[in-house]
Amino acid sequence: MSIFTEIARWIIPFLLFFVPLYGYYRKVPVYETFVIGAENGFKTAVKIIPFLIGILVSIRVFVDSGALEIIIDFFRPLFIKFGWNPDILGIIPLAIMRPLSGSGALGVATQLIDQYGPDSYLGRLASTLQGSTDTTFFVLAVYFGSVGITKHRYALKVGLLADAVGLVASIWIVSVTFG
Amino acid sequence: MVNLVWLLMLLVGIATAAFTGKIDQVTASVLEAAELGIEVAIQLMGVMSLWMGLMHIAEKAGLIQALARVSSPLIRKLFPSLREDSPAFGPIVMNLCANILGLGNAATPFGLKAMQELQKENPIKDTASPAMITFLALNTSCITIVPASIIGVRMKAGSVNPTEIIGTTIFATACAMTAAVIVDYLFRKKNRL
Repeated sequence: MSIFTEIARWIIPFLLFFVPLYGYYRKVPVYETFVIGAENGFKTAVKIIPFLIGILVSIRVFVDSGALEIIIDFFRPLFIKFGWNPDILGIIPLAIMRPLSGSGALGVATQLIDQYGPDSYLGRLASTLQGSTDTTFFVLAVYFGSVGITKHRYALKVGLLADAVGLVASIWIVSVTFG
Repeated sequence: MVNLVWLLMLLVGIATAAFTGKIDQVTASVLEAAELGIEVAIQLMGVMSLWMGLMHIAEKAGLIQALARVSSPLIRKLFPSLREDSPAFGPIVMNLCANILGLGNAATPFGLKAMQELQKENPIKDTASPAMITFLALNTSCITIVPASIIGVRMKAGSVNPTEIIGTTIFATACAMTAAVIVDYLFRKKNRL
């Protein structure tokens, strides 16, 4: 699975090389354009602070009180019986929050990464899961709402099934790539 | 829904702490958590500024359009209910490409435009058309090739290699997107209007 670690090594230098070069070729004032975009990135980081704090406080109480541990202990025998790694269970709060809220999920992922360590199995799993699916409920509400669609039919099922596949794929690829 | 999850985590957490004699921990935890929020945001400022600066160049250079041209034939195949020359295709492809590049702000206007165009071709105005559902399935399962915010969080937490998760993220995204296409296809067959 070294191809995925190779992609990770090369992609940022590649984009930093190729995008400004292409921009220059297309006569974009690259530096000024970069600065304008960067200002937006800065504002985005500031804008998510209240969401981040709200979620971090809530999830931290949930984890530190031992409530998450009780839930994990409840499912642990089942996982051991099937021969699965029971560490995976720590991802439950993120799996629940991911389709609901983007900034909320970022808060939960931050807590898990902080608690277990960014280079732990769960830290890597949380990172991968956070990056690999989007906030299904939010997107459906905004996009359907914008054109007055009230009957969503099977849209939510498709979105959530895809999220579930993303979760399983994240667990698998993180186990295989990082051992 | 978010309200409920947030409230439950808070209430169940505090109740558990009360029962297990860890109630002193709650105060310390919430204060630490609030502080962590600020620390993470400061780390994010750097990474997000860098990434969104770079992507602004990509946007101005017309990279979204270039990517849209390349991927357009493939994406057309996923919308059999739309006419070949449907005006919805432009914004659909642009939205997906902007999403892939992590240009959330640029993606949303394209997405809303796509929904408007799809709504024009929708015979039942209060009910989602198959093409709309396909579009949203792609939209929610396809995301950025470089997850800048999570890289920032990993840096803050002291990761040895903050970007090592890019490869696994792309793989998991690809699986979710493939699943979205297949599941959407099956539901469309089953639920013909």
